[in-house]
Amino acid sequence: MLTQRLLLSDRGGMLVLGLVLLTTIIVPILNLAVPTDSPLYVSNFTVGLLGKFLCFALLALSVDLIWGYAGILSLGHGAFFSLGGYAMGMYLMRQIGDRGVYGHPELMDFMVVLNWDKLPWYWQGFDMFWFAMLMVLLVPGLLALVFGWLAFRSRVTGVYFAIITQALTYALMLAFFRNEMGFGGNNGLNDFKEILGFDLAAKTTRVGLFVASSIALILGYMACRYIVTSRMGRVIIAIRDAESRTRFSGYQVESYKLWLFVFSAMLAAVAGALYVPQVGIINPGEFSPLNSIEMVVWVATGGRGTLFGAIVGAFSVNYAKTFFTTFSPETWLFILGGLFVLVTLLLPKGIVGLFDRFSRKGDKQ
Amino acid sequence: MIPICRLTPRHAVQQWLTRLLLLCLCSLPLHTSAQEAPEATPAQPTFDELVRQLPSGNLRQRATTVEQLASQQDERLADILAALIAGDLLANKDKPPVVAIRNGDTLTDALNGSDLTGTSGLRRIPVNNSLRTQLRGMVAQLNLSHPDRDKRYAAVQRFIRDGVDGETAALLRQHQPSEESGRVNDAIDAALALFDLQTGDRDQRMAAIDTLSGSLEQEARNALRSVAENDEDATLRAAAAKAIESIQGRISFYRFIENVFFGLSLGSILLLAAIGLAITFGVMGVINMAHGELIMIGAYTTWGIQVLFPDLIEWSLLIAIPAAFLITALVGIAIERGVIRFLYGRPLETLLATFGLSLVLQQAVRTLFSPLNRSVTSPEWISGTLSINPVLSITYTRLYILLFGLAVFFALMLVMKRTSLGLKVRAVSQNRAMARAVGVRSNWIDALTFGLGSGIAGVAGVALSQITNVGPNLGQAYIIDSFMVVVFGGVGNLWGTLVSAMSLGLINNFLEPWAGAMLAKVLVLIMLILFIQKKPKGLFPQKGRAAAD
Repeated sequence: MLTQRLLLSDRGGMLVLGLVLLTTIIVPILNLAVPTDSPLYVSNFTVGLLGKFLCFALLALSVDLIWGYAGILSLGHGAFFSLGGYAMGMYLMRQIGDRGVYGHPELMDFMVVLNWDKLPWYWQGFDMFWFAMLMVLLVPGLLALVFGWLAFRSRVTGVYFAIITQALTYALMLAFFRNEMGFGGNNGLNDFKEILGFDLAAKTTRVGLFVASSIALILGYMACRYIVTSRMGRVIIAIRDAESRTRFSGYQVESYKLWLFVFSAMLAAVAGALYVPQVGIINPGEFSPLNSIEMVVWVATGGRGTLFGAIVGAFSVNYAKTFFTTFSPETWLFILGGLFVLVTLLLPKGIVGLFDRFSRKGDKQ
Repeated sequence: MIPICRLTPRHAVQQWLTRLLLLCLCSLPLHTSAQEAPEATPAQPTFDELVRQLPSGNLRQRATTVEQLASQQDERLADILAALIAGDLLANKDKPPVVAIRNGDTLTDALNGSDLTGTSGLRRIPVNNSLRTQLRGMVAQLNLSHPDRDKRYAAVQRFIRDGVDGETAALLRQHQPSEESGRVNDAIDAALALFDLQTGDRDQRMAAIDTLSGSLEQEARNALRSVAENDEDATLRAAAAKAIESIQGRISFYRFIENVFFGLSLGSILLLAAIGLAITFGVMGVINMAHGELIMIGAYTTWGIQVLFPDLIEWSLLIAIPAAFLITALVGIAIERGVIRFLYGRPLETLLATFGLSLVLQQAVRTLFSPLNRSVTSPEWISGTLSINPVLSITYTRLYILLFGLAVFFALMLVMKRTSLGLKVRAVSQNRAMARAVGVRSNWIDALTFGLGSGIAGVAGVALSQITNVGPNLGQAYIIDSFMVVVFGGVGNLWGTLVSAMSLGLINNFLEPWAGAMLAKVLVLIMLILFIQKKPKGLFPQKGRAAAD
């Protein structure tokens, strides 16, 4: 019954997940077991890149869940992603211990520079992995809960919601840029050494993080799929299509939206937490409104309202970004900007919609 | 104790050097008198001869020559003395020597003003500290009788800053009756009071304290403070303490005024940035994320005008205003016709598409010009400060921008309320179908409205080019703030935009001193977010039919 609902009735999703699963199995083998001079060898760089893309895919999933299904455009999902990343970063910083430049047993390097004499209260506990992971979920979740409660309760919708979420992430960016906040200011958190005792520079750790991201993506996909096919999911789609009518039918529109928003924020935070150890740095730039809006474009390009479309979008746009920023950095913003315009004007259903159109034509013949 | 002269290390070194020099001079009496003798005989050397004498002889002789120079009324004197102080007065070894003033890379003859650039063999005429002090005093005296009242005021201020001695006090007393500017007179009063406070008897000092209690000079406060803390006379101490208190009260009042002005100035910048958006977003309901880039294009237009017409820097802003309006209006109309018109009724898609456009425009500017900031020159008439008193001074740039912002606002108001275009814009935004039914070409009006809003963004860019860096990221810095202003004021309400821009500017400016610039901004954003939760339709929500959507 559940398999039917989650898997079998979702052909596109199965295809995409199948590909993800295949990559998860093949890439580590090609990276670890194949000699470096073999043409089949997958470089460490590629593993890192794919790991990053997997995190982005999870992030896109969280954006698609609220935008594609509930019609809430959040331009502040980068804030949740970054907060998750910062929580993970704090754990990784605590793991450095006295191996920092200044060799202080407890304080981070940037705190020594600021002449602080003891660890701020909000850094307490982050030396324990379980606590940090709890915070990865709790901090963004709580922010989303408070913010969403205030916003949905006073029926801030549509464009207004988009603009204030953008203001939220902008405000957080400015705040995290301040040295006094105690999160490393401009430089953010970096120079990580190890995670759970594994050396972050080691090949096996990198592959492990890659696999973890992949598993998180698959689980996240399942969870989202479970939500959108449930009764709650149907109410949420109803809210997207006719909010007032759903409200008048007796549904608590606000609480549906709120819980979906909180779940989505946590999903984004998990993506951030997996992203940080793979790229080795988190700084306030991640909060920038441009990042948040880029996520929306991944979803729009892939196809909003289909969960696997978000994954397709995240992979294709980011692949294009990597390609163009390496070979001709000037053209990338033209392409990204053009993508915004073209997708909204010509491809309202994204790449997935394009395939649908072709396959439907095929059906007719 | 020395109440007026703050004994900084530099002063101490100067004094020490002066003493050393005096000692040297005294130890060589024969040598100097021997050389001085022939000089005294010629009855009245002319100004030109005196200037040519400057390079020759030793420092002592130079001092006497300078004194003789000062006794002659000649308008070239101030420049020559100023150059001598700065080490920019040069001479060669000819007889008589050529004396030149160096100004940056150019050299001009000190006497006839002809161009000497490129002449070699010119050496700096050396001066020492005691001569420099003497020269400064003379320049100050020259300035004190300058016909320009600002120059005179600055001269008195320099006296106050450097400390007033008996000689300058006499000079000031002598000058005061002929002074007609009230501001300069007040400053002279303060300078004399400072002198009296130092040297006078008890009654004079009492009167001096009374005078100084009306002065806002930093030195007056320092002098009073030292009296209030250290003087033996208890009544004087009390009087000085009271005077300080009254000065502090006035200072905090002026500080407040200054804060209000800076707040309004910030508000006017927000207003300029947001006002075009108030049209496109407020009236038409179109989310234009490329609005910031339209501002940027306006700023680049200013730069372009200055590059194209380098001789017209003084007029560049006045030319740039209509030019920027036209260019950005055309870009805006192109955006509306090319993209936005297909997306009416789909606000979220409009948001994304225009955001894409903003990225394209940014990158286009980066590719066409450069990713670096362009420097836009400020015309003469817009730079400088209007100093009302020692505590309160206002930069002309900010003052003009404030006035300009208000002017643009009222011009726009006039267009919206009094012209046929404004009438049609309002008609279309209130009821499109009915407006079409009575013959308004709604497509055309959409394009024009968007063009108007964009054009105003361009005009805002001209103003912003005077205070911020003109670079590809200029627009990004303003887009979120502009949206906040419009949303806070109430969408579709121009007055609301004015009030919200000004109040946001004020709030930001009053938060800044105790929260820091970054945190103030964060706090304002948080306040706005909370405010929008409470009143989603802004400060001045639209009422009646227009509000229904």
